[in-house]
Amino acid sequence: MDFGISEEQELLQETVRGFVTNECPATHLREVFDGESGHDPELWAGMLEMGLGGLTLSEDFGGAGLDILDLALVSEVLGEGAVPSPFFGHTVAGLALAWGGSDEQKASWLPRLASGDVVATAALAEAENRWQPEQWSLETDKGTLTGSKQFVTSADLADLLVVGISGGDLALVERSADGVDVTPVEGLDRTRRVAEVNFDSASCEILPGGNRVANRVRDAALILLAADSLGAAWNLIQMTIDYTGTRQQFGTNLTQFQAVKHQIANMAADIEQTRALCWYAAYAQDQLPDDAPHAAAVAKAHITDRAMEAARDAFELHGGIGFTWECDVQMWFKRCMFNRTVLGTPEIQRERSAALAGW
Amino acid sequence: MNLEYSEEYVAFRAEVREFLQGWPLTGDEAQLPVHEQEIRFRRRGIERGYVYRNFPRAYGGSEQTPDVLRERIIREEYAEASAPGDSAGQGPSMLAPTLLELGTEAQRERFIAPTLAGEISWCQGYSEPGAGSDLASLQTRAELQGDEWVINGHKIWTTTAHEADFMFGLFRTEPQAPKHAGISYLLVDMKAPGIEIRPLREMTGASMFNEVFFDNVRTPAENIVGKRGEGWQVSRATLKHERNLIGDPNFMRRAYLSLLQLARDTTRNGRPAIEDPSIRQELAQIEGFFMSLEYTGARLLTATARNEEAKVILPMMTMKLYGTDLRQRITRLALDLLENRSLIAPTEEEGSHGAPEGRPGTWTADYMSAIAISIAGGASNIQRNIIGERALGLPRDLRTPK
Repeated sequence: MDFGISEEQELLQETVRGFVTNECPATHLREVFDGESGHDPELWAGMLEMGLGGLTLSEDFGGAGLDILDLALVSEVLGEGAVPSPFFGHTVAGLALAWGGSDEQKASWLPRLASGDVVATAALAEAENRWQPEQWSLETDKGTLTGSKQFVTSADLADLLVVGISGGDLALVERSADGVDVTPVEGLDRTRRVAEVNFDSASCEILPGGNRVANRVRDAALILLAADSLGAAWNLIQMTIDYTGTRQQFGTNLTQFQAVKHQIANMAADIEQTRALCWYAAYAQDQLPDDAPHAAAVAKAHITDRAMEAARDAFELHGGIGFTWECDVQMWFKRCMFNRTVLGTPEIQRERSAALAGW
Repeated sequence: MNLEYSEEYVAFRAEVREFLQGWPLTGDEAQLPVHEQEIRFRRRGIERGYVYRNFPRAYGGSEQTPDVLRERIIREEYAEASAPGDSAGQGPSMLAPTLLELGTEAQRERFIAPTLAGEISWCQGYSEPGAGSDLASLQTRAELQGDEWVINGHKIWTTTAHEADFMFGLFRTEPQAPKHAGISYLLVDMKAPGIEIRPLREMTGASMFNEVFFDNVRTPAENIVGKRGEGWQVSRATLKHERNLIGDPNFMRRAYLSLLQLARDTTRNGRPAIEDPSIRQELAQIEGFFMSLEYTGARLLTATARNEEAKVILPMMTMKLYGTDLRQRITRLALDLLENRSLIAPTEEEGSHGAPEGRPGTWTADYMSAIAISIAGGASNIQRNIIGERALGLPRDLRTPK
């Protein structure tokens, strides 16, 4: 019995944290955030160099062969930095291929995903908030796919799309294929740009294990979002401590006031207590298949919700400046909003977790 | 991360479980008074090395090598069997560890063993009418006259004072010293002449705590723990143990499971309440808090086992604030489920936690008690100060000079 992360896992976090601090400080993040594309090829190249293109992919395919727990730890650090990159979609697509792909599909794509020669993403949401595998409705016909997907992350950068289709199945579509149309949408979170993707008889391949693994892929994605929010919330707490520790009113630092100190203590208590839930839910994906779906739903609902509350408090404690475009709070605030809603709001996840608990 | 118990621990759990088959007692022993039965079974647990593991054998403990996993298994199994293990009373859980850490040899020999055995019971004399969160402003005086301390003053919120044999408490012995430096930690016989105990009636209807008045009460000079004027530091050790008590995750697990049961047993719109969408949302939200707390408990356990407590200061310091808040959420939802049944006053038994779980009156009393435990052992706003100042490095409050 050992409930904690290992020294190697701490080192993994420290390595990625060092990279994020050096290569994506808030000043640089701001440039990408305000930029046209929302993408920084050099930053992404550095992430790939660290192995973030294939953390959980098998070493046979050039991946690092790590667990979902390791992935969650990395996702947390990327949330701390609100790092703009195709990491989320790329990782989810990689898991779908690794778990549900045929040997040929895996051999053909996974090495290129791990190296980053191919950027992949996952197209899951459909109109009217239909994120869950049992809600997917796109139909295939003789190896072609028709229909529309929404809020696809980094779709404009992706070479390969893993698409959720009817029956909870998964299909592979190359973005260069005829009939694939990507329309960027002005998304709220400018660190993870989204697009609508339309398929009009686009050539596709089915992942043979798709409907067997779709729920598991969704659960892993829930963990990624929860961990990202945990990191984002911690950064917001740190920003708030820094700001209130220097901002002077009534002749003293704001942190000198109990109202401020207590609000920060509440944020820290709330967020730090969720860390163990995040670890457990991630570990369950690796080792406790019976508990994994429930733990993922609880972790996503709870952590993204608590992080949003912390973001709300961070904004409030920054005062009027916290409402401005110029203030960095918004970059993490919107990151938290994204994580809270993508793949289903806390309300949706709580109803799912209740059902999974047999209530 | 590895949540499997190794074979050694699986075998240990089986061993403990088998031993616990011996509770409740049977035959002639079952006819003994309950308190006597508890003392006997606890003694057997000590012989087996399951109870009071951190106390030396010389003082009535079982002196085991520290092993947090074994301790957790023992706690879980004893809780499951509702068997008397480590006593949760203030003597065994707070005073005895304090004496072990800071008492004289004579004090340890005289008090620890009978306290652990349940032969001497204790109450805590800290708070006063004018000294709550600002405990160090306490005014009850103890003056050394010859070889005795003579005590005058007034303590309040003294749980079980009416049943206790002794009090451990804080008294002002150096009135000229700055407030924290003028306090000593004394042990007082509750049968001593000049002590008057008046029960306080709580809003639950029960009387768990009291006021204690001291009128020239005498206690021997050697009944001081630590040096004169160092009582404040001694009391910090005791409070640390009290916070651990309140943050007990087993306690929360029982409350959470009991709430789920209530939601299953309660009807809403002709269906079990647990099927009602809004109740499910609230339950699931509570589950998020509950799982966070439960796994944080496991995280702290592992950090202790690895000797890495320094890495978990923040989660450790937030346990009480988070736990008491969760308990309030749980009991509040119970009120929503009970609806009009929560309008009936709890019986005295229900108000003093002597009643079976799950009764409406027990829930109503628990709702009120849940707010009380967020005050006991350091009120939530004091916790927030501690978290801010000691874990997050925020500045200390400005203090009004005296």
